[in-house]
Order: sequence, then C-alpha cells, then structure tokens
Amino acid sequence: MTQVQDVQDWIGKQIAGNEVVLFMKGTKAMPQCGFSMQVAQILNQLGVAFKDINVLDDMGVRDGIKAYSNWPTIPQLYVKGEFVGGCDIVREMFQAGEFQELLTQKGIAHNEQTLTA
Amino acid sequence: MAMAVSEIEKLIKEGFPDAQVSIEDLAGDGDHYAATVISEAFRGKTRVQQHQMVYDALKGQMGGALHALALKTSAPS
Repeated sequence: MTQVQDVQDWIGKQIAGNEVVLFMKGTKAMPQCGFSMQVAQILNQLGVAFKDINVLDDMGVRDGIKAYSNWPTIPQLYVKGEFVGGCDIVREMFQAGEFQELLTQKGIAHNEQTLTA
Repeated sequence: MAMAVSEIEKLIKEGFPDAQVSIEDLAGDGDHYAATVISEAFRGKTRVQQHQMVYDALKGQMGGALHALALKTSAPS
C-alpha cells in the first residue's frame, strides 16, 4: 500500500469490520514492544477476542494509523469503531475497572478479571 | 534522539501555564519518561483528548525525539 488515501481507507475498514482492533508492534502471539505487549495482555486477561494488526509489517500503516487517530504512538486500541487510547489509557482504565465497563457497554464479551496488569 | 526533562517540562508549561508537571526519568537513559500533568485545561475532556492536548504541546516530539512518555493527566480536584 503506497497511496495515503488507500491506507486510510484500509485502516477504516479494519476498524469498521472488527469489534476490537489493536494496532501494535508485533503480533498478539509475539509482541515486539513492551507497550504493545501490555495492552495485548490486558485483552487476553479479560478473554477479549481481538484482531491484531502488526504495524511493523507496513510502514504505510504504521504512519497511517498515527494520522488516522491523531495519536503519535503505537499501540492503539479501537473498540466498536471508537478510539480508546494507547497503553497508558488502557492500563489506567483497566486498573480502575473502567475498561471492563466500557466493554460491557459496547457489548463485547469478556470475563470479570480485575487483576492489575 | 533523546530529550532532557527540562525541555519536556518547558514545552508542557508553555502549553499549560497553570499546570503542575512532574516528570520522572524511568530508565535513567533520557529516553523513557513518565509525566504527570495536572491542569484546569483538562476539565471536562476525555482521557484521549487530554493526552492529545499534551502531545500538541510537545509539538510533534512525541513518537519522534521522545520515544516513551507514560502520561497521566487530570484536572485539579
């Protein structure tokens, strides 16, 4: 993917087509950055099914998602089309139980784990 | 590629003159920081908006010269 608009369209489709999408460095099986790993771990701990998109596979997506969200860092988590945040926000929300509330509100299946990440 | 604590603090204070800012150098390598910013400007904003405001104040350094900045933002209680 080279055209900026194509990348933006592709990103939009991923976000629209998957309930929970994590743009991350590496994969959920093998994260390649501690911040990406933390968010993947929280989702795994809560038993949330999610689509992982490895931004290291495509420089266009890596830059494109930053522009798409107006957010300068990776990871980035989307739930039902809404940008939730990066590692700090997801962790803070998880520890406060707010992330679990958000999942419930959005109708995303998850278990009731409240252990801290 | 690294940024000094004083430089980060200066940019944040320019963006939020009323802010209480504390910055910690997590790894002692001038590259991994944690910052807490408390400002009236955050009141009524979502966490995403609050962080975006700080990133704006950092004028594009975040994700560039500034590799890792763990952020915690809030309005004064």
